[in-house]
Amino acid sequence: MTARYPTRIAVTGMNARPDNPGPGVAVARCLREAKNFDGHIVGLGYEALDPGLYLPRYCDAAYLLPYPSSGDAAILERLVEIAEQEQIDALIPCLDAELPSICRLKEALDDMGISTFVPDLEQLTLRNKDRLEELAGHAGIDSPETKAITSVDFFRDPKKDGWDYPMVVKGIFYDAAVVKNKEEATDAFRRISREWGLPVLVQKFLDGEEVNLTAVGDGEGRLLGAVMMKKLAVTDKGKAWAGVTIADETLYKASRALVAATKWRGPLEVEVMITGRHDYHLIEINPRFPAWTYLSHGAGTNLLELLMKLMAGEKVDDAPPAPAGTLYIRHAEDNTIPLSMYESVVVRGNRLAIKSKTEEQP
Amino acid sequence: MMQDLPNDQILPSAASIRRLAVSESGFVFDPTSGRSFTVNETGVAILRALQQELSLDAIRRDLAVEYEVAPQMLERDLSEFLGSLKDQLS
Repeated sequence: MTARYPTRIAVTGMNARPDNPGPGVAVARCLREAKNFDGHIVGLGYEALDPGLYLPRYCDAAYLLPYPSSGDAAILERLVEIAEQEQIDALIPCLDAELPSICRLKEALDDMGISTFVPDLEQLTLRNKDRLEELAGHAGIDSPETKAITSVDFFRDPKKDGWDYPMVVKGIFYDAAVVKNKEEATDAFRRISREWGLPVLVQKFLDGEEVNLTAVGDGEGRLLGAVMMKKLAVTDKGKAWAGVTIADETLYKASRALVAATKWRGPLEVEVMITGRHDYHLIEINPRFPAWTYLSHGAGTNLLELLMKLMAGEKVDDAPPAPAGTLYIRHAEDNTIPLSMYESVVVRGNRLAIKSKTEEQP
Repeated sequence: MMQDLPNDQILPSAASIRRLAVSESGFVFDPTSGRSFTVNETGVAILRALQQELSLDAIRRDLAVEYEVAPQMLERDLSEFLGSLKDQLS
């Protein structure tokens, strides 16, 4: 039987501010350049100024979604509307905060003919940032001590609990700040809890070099198409704007062990810190492609091609890691759009596809 | 003196030298760490020799013939180079 590839795919995460972009635009770009995809891409965002909504070269059409905090019913209702308009047959979620909803809605989406390739809720819970130690155990490497807190009281005298500054304050889904004292810690706690809710996590600070890996888990314990990256330059928020593919056997083995132990299904990003003389510490696992996913295409291992195969139920026998030595350097670019396009997103929550001349003829 | 030290104290590990991508231009890339650095023409020659697993004595002899340099100066330059190479690869 011939595998049936998705042909009309919705991709979330179209926020793309230069200092801290979401992964959606990079994922759509990889998809656009994937050898096994020549279809329609629908970009999904949350704000009318999400830049990816206005990039027809990557997204044929674009829609706004209700925030994940609106609840599963509101999200499903909006996806039904979008599916009716765009006949989407697959959805690739790209933001941590929306993964729980998409996992819960998987069956409903299947019934609508929209395939996903995401972890189940149990796998998703396992990679929660407050279960890092357990995950690191699967990977056979260390992890920095992490603690969930719900109040700034912790920062008054952290030494009594065996903690000291600097430390890292993290959101349960996203965001992190290295803080050097009580004042910075309190500010970070308030900002992060306002945006991402409670609990907030504190993590012991590690001074070292960060290396990351992105790949796709096949759901049966195999890690496919690993792309390993060392950041060469970072923004104020610690996001890489330049990086290079590397071949780090320890990172690769740890990630394979993690995927084997969890039978991870779908894209993932593994973040590891190397300290001292090659001590590896698991920092976190993200249940989606990272913003630097386009590097996978540049390095010859387009991860969206792999995802297409898995979504189509095709057996993927071998997908070795990408070779070392491909760089990426991110840049900001101004995009101009007619006011009517912005108006459409603000008023109707969408930018419809621009019809070709042949489609317009009666 | 560098000659008095065992090789493993002077040189980075053989595996870390073998994996280096050394370009004719002197650009060196370490595929494991992602670090890159540049070396001069002599540095390229030393790295290539190390990748071919030539001994330090053989490298000293080759450099002495190639550059007609006083033994003490050669020893000092070689020691400095190997020290910074070890730092880069640690």
